[in-house]
Amino acid sequence: MLHIKCPHCGMRSQNEFSYGGDASVKRPELGKDVSDQDWNNFVYNRKSLRGKHWELWQHLSGCRQWIKVERDTGSHEIFKTLKAEEEIS
Amino acid sequence: MTQSFRLKDVGLINRNKKLSFKFNGKKYYGYEGDSLASALIANGVHLIGRSFKYHRPRGFFGAGVDEPYAIVQLYRNGETEPNIKATEQELFDGLEATSVNCWPSVNFDIGAINNFLRIFLPAGFYYKTFMWPKSFWFKIYEPFIRKAAGLGTASIKHDKERYEHKYEYCDLLIAGSGPSGLASAYAAAKNGARVILAEDKSRFGGTLLTSEVNIGNKSGKEWADGIISELKEMPNVTVKNRSQVFGYYDHNMLVMSERVSDHLPKTKEFHPKQRLWYIRAKEVLISSGSIERPIVFGNNDTPGVMLSSAAKEYMKVYGVLVGKKPLIFTNNDSGYETAIEFKKNGIDPLILDTRSNPKSEIINEAKDLNIKIKNSYVVVAAQGYKKVKSADISKISDDKEQLGNIENVKCDCICVSGYWTPTIHLASQSGNKTKFNEEIDAFVPGISKQNEKTLGAANGIYTLEETLKDSFEVGHEVSKKITNNENKVSFPNVVEKKSSIHDKFWCVPLPKGKNYKRFLDFQNDVAVSDIEIALREGYRSIEHVKRYTTLGMATDQGKTSNLNGLQLVSKIENKVVPAVGHTTFRPPYTPVSIGAIVGREVGKHSKPTRKSPMHSWHEKNNAVFVDAGVWLRPRYYKRGNEDLFEASKREAKNVRTNVGVCDVTTLGKIDIKGPDAAELLNRVYTNAWLKLPVGKARYGVMLREDGIVMDDGTTTRISENHYHMTTTTAQAANVLSHLEYYLQLVWPELNVNVVSSTEQWAGAAIAGPKSRNLLQKLFPNSDVSNEGLPFMGYMEGDLFGVKARIFRISFSGELAYEVNVESNNGNFMWEKIIEVGEQFEIQPYGTEALSTLRIEMGHVAGSELDGRTIPYDNSLEGLLSKKKDFIGKRSLIREAFTAEDRQKVVGVVPLDKKTSIPEGSHLVKDSKAPSPNPKLGYISASCWSVEYDNPFSLAILKDGKNMIGEKLFVMSPLKNKIIPVEIVSSHYVDPKGERVRS
Repeated sequence: MLHIKCPHCGMRSQNEFSYGGDASVKRPELGKDVSDQDWNNFVYNRKSLRGKHWELWQHLSGCRQWIKVERDTGSHEIFKTLKAEEEIS
Repeated sequence: MTQSFRLKDVGLINRNKKLSFKFNGKKYYGYEGDSLASALIANGVHLIGRSFKYHRPRGFFGAGVDEPYAIVQLYRNGETEPNIKATEQELFDGLEATSVNCWPSVNFDIGAINNFLRIFLPAGFYYKTFMWPKSFWFKIYEPFIRKAAGLGTASIKHDKERYEHKYEYCDLLIAGSGPSGLASAYAAAKNGARVILAEDKSRFGGTLLTSEVNIGNKSGKEWADGIISELKEMPNVTVKNRSQVFGYYDHNMLVMSERVSDHLPKTKEFHPKQRLWYIRAKEVLISSGSIERPIVFGNNDTPGVMLSSAAKEYMKVYGVLVGKKPLIFTNNDSGYETAIEFKKNGIDPLILDTRSNPKSEIINEAKDLNIKIKNSYVVVAAQGYKKVKSADISKISDDKEQLGNIENVKCDCICVSGYWTPTIHLASQSGNKTKFNEEIDAFVPGISKQNEKTLGAANGIYTLEETLKDSFEVGHEVSKKITNNENKVSFPNVVEKKSSIHDKFWCVPLPKGKNYKRFLDFQNDVAVSDIEIALREGYRSIEHVKRYTTLGMATDQGKTSNLNGLQLVSKIENKVVPAVGHTTFRPPYTPVSIGAIVGREVGKHSKPTRKSPMHSWHEKNNAVFVDAGVWLRPRYYKRGNEDLFEASKREAKNVRTNVGVCDVTTLGKIDIKGPDAAELLNRVYTNAWLKLPVGKARYGVMLREDGIVMDDGTTTRISENHYHMTTTTAQAANVLSHLEYYLQLVWPELNVNVVSSTEQWAGAAIAGPKSRNLLQKLFPNSDVSNEGLPFMGYMEGDLFGVKARIFRISFSGELAYEVNVESNNGNFMWEKIIEVGEQFEIQPYGTEALSTLRIEMGHVAGSELDGRTIPYDNSLEGLLSKKKDFIGKRSLIREAFTAEDRQKVVGVVPLDKKTSIPEGSHLVKDSKAPSPNPKLGYISASCWSVEYDNPFSLAILKDGKNMIGEKLFVMSPLKNKIIPVEIVSSHYVDPKGERVRS
């Protein structure tokens, strides 16, 4: 079970969180034309890479904040966590 | 029966407490402190089971977790449990156990015929044999394999025992209480670290209990006892016996199973049987010791052949002789220690040492005791079927290839020592890259991935002095990192006998003309010849060899077989062992009972049960409840002898003719506040929300980004910047997360806050033509007329002094209202509604009637909004705004979603107007078409229409919009039904929706 540092609450066990996928995905702006390819990429296509990965988690059974977590998908090492509003550096 | 193999005054058992137990129906006696194995051996019982494949007789091989043979079915306090190692099970009064994998009895086992058929049962036998013909699989092969396989029978009864889970944090978790565990725990604890010390066995001390050493002028055991009692007194230390750390997971999370009550005849009141500990440790010290490995020789599975360390443990810990004429077969000095122990107890052993001329203090001691030693000698084969009777022995050449003349010596046990294998399972599980240590011919932990260190024998350090020095040091250093303290403990004086180097000999060659089975894996009956076959057939990777031959795969997970298997593969493949590599170690290290893994989450406790504030009223009024997600909801209110069908019909009918009241507290409710609340709703819902006036409710549908309907519900504008959203019962939590996702990550610029208010409000739906009359009586000061409170209107009201929210919304399709009050007033509200409603013939109705009412109205719900349908499928396309964008809109123009013959919700009526239609059935055009019959759609929900008094269903049907009036068939192979039906509009009752507006 992972140990995730919630930027709001501190170190917490994974079972307090729910996974939210790739954090680098940006939703296309509302009301703008989006090509099929761009929309497909947004809705379906994920890199599913092995290695360092910025991903979203929600501290569901805690502060309910969505956070950004930089994790190695192979080793599960967590390098950094950010608040929702903080930009991935 | 007397305990004829019990020694006098030796061992750590309590001879003042005699215990009786039964094995295979026969009564025996043992002592408190015995294991089931030691008690059986004390009584001269060596035949304990039959092997997995060939059903060869099985005895005892080890004395602890490494035991591959002695697996029994245990009976305790009216329960039975399979897969219990007799070596680990502590004896208690009244214990009963039976052999497994034998029929009809362990002494006469029909399956033993496999032993003579073994030429037909080589490696990969199951893969090769049961392939053909295909039709034989289900009827003949599978039942046969199922009967033959397995090591015991799981109980099919509900387990009455209680199992607990516990979460714990510590600075230092130390797995194993041998010398390294004790020393590191002591050093770390004295330095202020929070320590958990876990020991698998009931006794602390590990090898200190059996070795002849001296620490600080005390015997090993006395020193261990002293350390343990001191640790137990320290507030920063938790010491646990009977606790196996079996899994090392990510981020230093380890799981330990504590056998709290398995050693007792009965679990004490309010105690669990077992407790699973989830331990998050800052640092982990692995002091799991080592396991002696066997030397491979002919018939080395015969009962009476066992590890020499086990024989010593049976003597020193349990005061039990494994034999009275022992043969010791060793390639190192450990065998001598066992021999010396025999000799001290008046038994004359014979040592066969594979080495030609070894010299050491221990060997000298053996010589001084006049123990017979034959150098450069090996056991070629054990003789005897159910117990060793003699051994064929021989001289072996220096290159270990040539055997001399075979001699036969009488013996009743063969104690084998092939040197020691570090227990690296936990380190390997943690991600440690193990390395091969040439000196000890085994793998040891290498580079750590997580915060772990391995100490002592588990790290390949086999001398006590070095082990203690290293462990004191590491315990201190690791704790210093955490506590910043500098309290060092002094290092005790250690006296131990020096040993000489071992002989890297592991397998005795076959003598000419003999074809003895030489077993590597004792639990799965994998012999040298099986590995040879696998390699001949082209299996190369050790992982493949393992799976093909089942080497190391059974419940002992190859604790005694792995390394010898690797040696064999490396020899045949002409590679060094590290090039072959070892298979991956995975948790659990030892079997863990399912009960412990499940914990308290059994039956009703597998999820929380939520009850509405009106629950006790429902109970008192004969409600029959149903699980609705995590909620318990009244399904119907039973009157007299009514069944579900009759009661729900009565309740639904009463809504259509008079008035009914339904507990809708379970609906998800989300409070939404902020100046941008309307904008949020406008983006989340498919329809327009910016112009909804204060005091009005609106129905809305929300989609996922892929265009699939996520949820529906009504949202009401309470005041300028305040909305009250309702969701379906099932989706409440997901919708809240969904809103939070968009607010926090996608549109943080929106000034809105959302919070769940599901539990803050109790809700009652009042539905039926007389509902307004009732409302007028409930709220005499409010204008609830059609003009004062029109359809989709909202107002606050005063319910006999209680503040209430009144919504004019309808799920039943009738004139209907929903009244909400704060939860603690819920019961008051409900009782008032029932009391005042009596004059209008009010009846409460449950979820079954609720479903009936919505189905015949064609209102879609969870069974249609099932995560696979888009708005069009549910005839909700009218709610899709063309003017604005919303979540998921872009996906709706996908080709499949706009296809001409796209599925759509329709109504289904059986032609005979009588046969009810099973939910989940398929719709087909031709009931007699050959399989696979093209499926046109499926029945999503069924009811008995109270309006028309005939069955009615909703279905999601291909090209639904053009199918009205068509005649199709409903097919339910499960219920064996074929029903001719007609497709009708999904709006079966009041298609124009006039009633809700009346």
